Amino acid sequence: MACPISATTHEFEALVTHATTAITPDQQLDLYRFMLLDRIVEDTMTKLFRQNIIVGGLYSSLGQEAISVGTTYALEKRDWIAPMIRNIGGLLVKGVRPRDIFTQHMARYTSPTLGKDGTSHFGDLKNLHIVSPISMLGDLIPVMTGVAMAGRYLGQNVVALTWIGDGGTSTGAFHEGLNLAAQQRASLILVIENNQWAYSTPVGRQVPITDLADRAKAYGCQAFIVDGNDVEAVFNTSREAVRLCRAGQGPIVMEAKTMRMRGHAQHDSAEYVPKDMFDYWKRRDPIDTYEKRLTDAGVLTAKKKAEILAGINAVIEEDRAFAESSPFPPPELAESAIYHEGPLPIEPQWKRPIAEVTPPRSSVKSVWNVGGNGEFKSGDGAKEPAPAQASAANSGGNGDKRAAAKRPAKPARGRK
Amino acid sequence: MAQTTLLEGIRQALFEEMERDPAVVCIGEDIGVYGGAFKVTAGLLERFGWERVIDTPISETAIIGAACGMSYLGLRPVCELQFVDFIACCFNQLTNFVAKSFYLWGAPVPMVVRAPSGGGVHGGPFHSQNPEMYFAHTPGLKVVYPSTPYDAKGLMKSAIRDNNPVLFFEHKALYRRIKDEIPAGDYTVPIGKAAVRREGRDLTIVSYAALAHTCMDAAAELAKEGIEAEVLDLRTIQPLDKDSILASLKKTNRLLIVHEDTRFGGVAGEIAAIVFEKAFDDLDAPVRRVTSLDTPVPYSPPLEERFLPQLKDVVVAARELARY
Repeated sequence: MACPISATTHEFEALVTHATTAITPDQQLDLYRFMLLDRIVEDTMTKLFRQNIIVGGLYSSLGQEAISVGTTYALEKRDWIAPMIRNIGGLLVKGVRPRDIFTQHMARYTSPTLGKDGTSHFGDLKNLHIVSPISMLGDLIPVMTGVAMAGRYLGQNVVALTWIGDGGTSTGAFHEGLNLAAQQRASLILVIENNQWAYSTPVGRQVPITDLADRAKAYGCQAFIVDGNDVEAVFNTSREAVRLCRAGQGPIVMEAKTMRMRGHAQHDSAEYVPKDMFDYWKRRDPIDTYEKRLTDAGVLTAKKKAEILAGINAVIEEDRAFAESSPFPPPELAESAIYHEGPLPIEPQWKRPIAEVTPPRSSVKSVWNVGGNGEFKSGDGAKEPAPAQASAANSGGNGDKRAAAKRPAKPARGRK
Repeated sequence: MAQTTLLEGIRQALFEEMERDPAVVCIGEDIGVYGGAFKVTAGLLERFGWERVIDTPISETAIIGAACGMSYLGLRPVCELQFVDFIACCFNQLTNFVAKSFYLWGAPVPMVVRAPSGGGVHGGPFHSQNPEMYFAHTPGLKVVYPSTPYDAKGLMKSAIRDNNPVLFFEHKALYRRIKDEIPAGDYTVPIGKAAVRREGRDLTIVSYAALAHTCMDAAAELAKEGIEAEVLDLRTIQPLDKDSILASLKKTNRLLIVHEDTRFGGVAGEIAAIVFEKAFDDLDAPVRRVTSLDTPVPYSPPLEERFLPQLKDVVVAARELARY
């Protein structure tokens, strides 16, 4: 199991966590296959970039595949993700086809954004539940908090998961988003991918702390630290985070320790990274180590591996050919769709009686119950932030207890 | 028909839309128990409960971001910024995330951002501004700025029902100053349509928000001198009702534009450019502008008075234009 955060600092080698929760061979092979698929998709794109077929930037998640794959694999179809540029693996697990990733990078008309944006900047509200990122770091955290809040309001009991790098934890949006998420007890999983480099700046020059997960404590939410190169550890920790979120105990911060094995993007040769550091982490490659583990355990045979590779390569070939033969968008597309005309693509999916949130229901008194006289005793609000509707039920009967008690994700009172 | 303030018109719209559609929720600072800095949301909490009237920490970026996320699941959040000046704190979320969402990846963001705005109440440099053009300049956002209680209510309903992000400016000097007869029952005012407030043949005065009333006063004074000014209230800045401006100009052949925003890059400059491009032959005189100064909004009353366009400034400019 993952180790819950403690106040002490951690020696990294001691953080290597081992799965204790049962994981089936099928799941193991799935995790392996998705990591391999991610790597081959990205290797293919590196070649396309060098041939100038990818017209813009290309970012690599080499060495970080276990994080995207292991976290997303713990989610259900109804849950939501919002990828960053190094989360191609999460998109693939969620059900995005490689062709969408290829066409997106190649700016083709067949891409999910029709060529209007590149990289992992695309989403799917209706089927896959993916929110598109923007380039500004941290902004997804409040947005995914809102997704979680809306999911709770509609009674869907969904989890919203997004990632942020070590660099992105220094943004204002990170703070505002995580604070709101914690205050709302939103079912948000925030994965901090600590790959130790913010463009060219090492993490030690960004923050004066060793474990970025330590920050969670200040927001009043739980955190885990996990070996980001161990896909089963990531998966198991994510499963636990999902369980806690569904039980109303979100948000959960999860710091995954890893290493960025390429420059910030293709143009960056990363000469500022010590060679020994690359060598150390090359030995900890998430796919190589997992392949050895599964082979030693007899789960992955040579025949099985060949099957998996053949399956991946067939998809890659087909999708790459599709992308390369796809047209660029017509120029006039640039002027289209500034505003949305017509009905919304997604209507609210109510999973609770609408009557619970529609009048007549006016038992709420417009007063705060602050508890005591503000003596700053332990146990006051600073220790136990509560979501807006739960505060009505939890802190002195200001709201409709009957309605609140039905809520599947109601936070438990007095949680430690 | 009851006499209603602009503030009450907005409040009624919020109540009625929340009654009508459970997807409508309100989110902002001090909007629940306290009822909002200007009491626009007073009573909403008692009526609709904690889940639909959400008090937040002081985090404008989180408010806009969370509302955007909520809209992706089909909700229609109405955000309140305590003063529009604080919109600078969430500029990135609005202009990069919310505004570009539909164009880039086809995800509409049906949300409203309400914000008390404007000067003349001695709010000082950070509680008096008119930053509408930052957002009118950003493709993907709609910008509404009503001047009457009737319009405020009808436009708020349109904004909530719109499937795009709408910035709804509420001039705080008008909140309780202006009263209108508002009909009982549901009605909307379309976004993107200007209103002719007074017909005239000698010149067109285009304005909006608080200064639309100043322009009406100016037109009354000018009428005493035999100058008949047509007053056009834009009501919406983006999308701009170019057709109504051009139609009025065709009739009067003279154009004065009046706004409380600063001059450089203001909506007046944009309208002037449109007129030069599309209706140069209709002009009998150069387009004139009366705007605030290109300075921050100063605090002391004589300074703020100098900063803001005054009735006499409008009258003088209109008179000169009519006699050009």
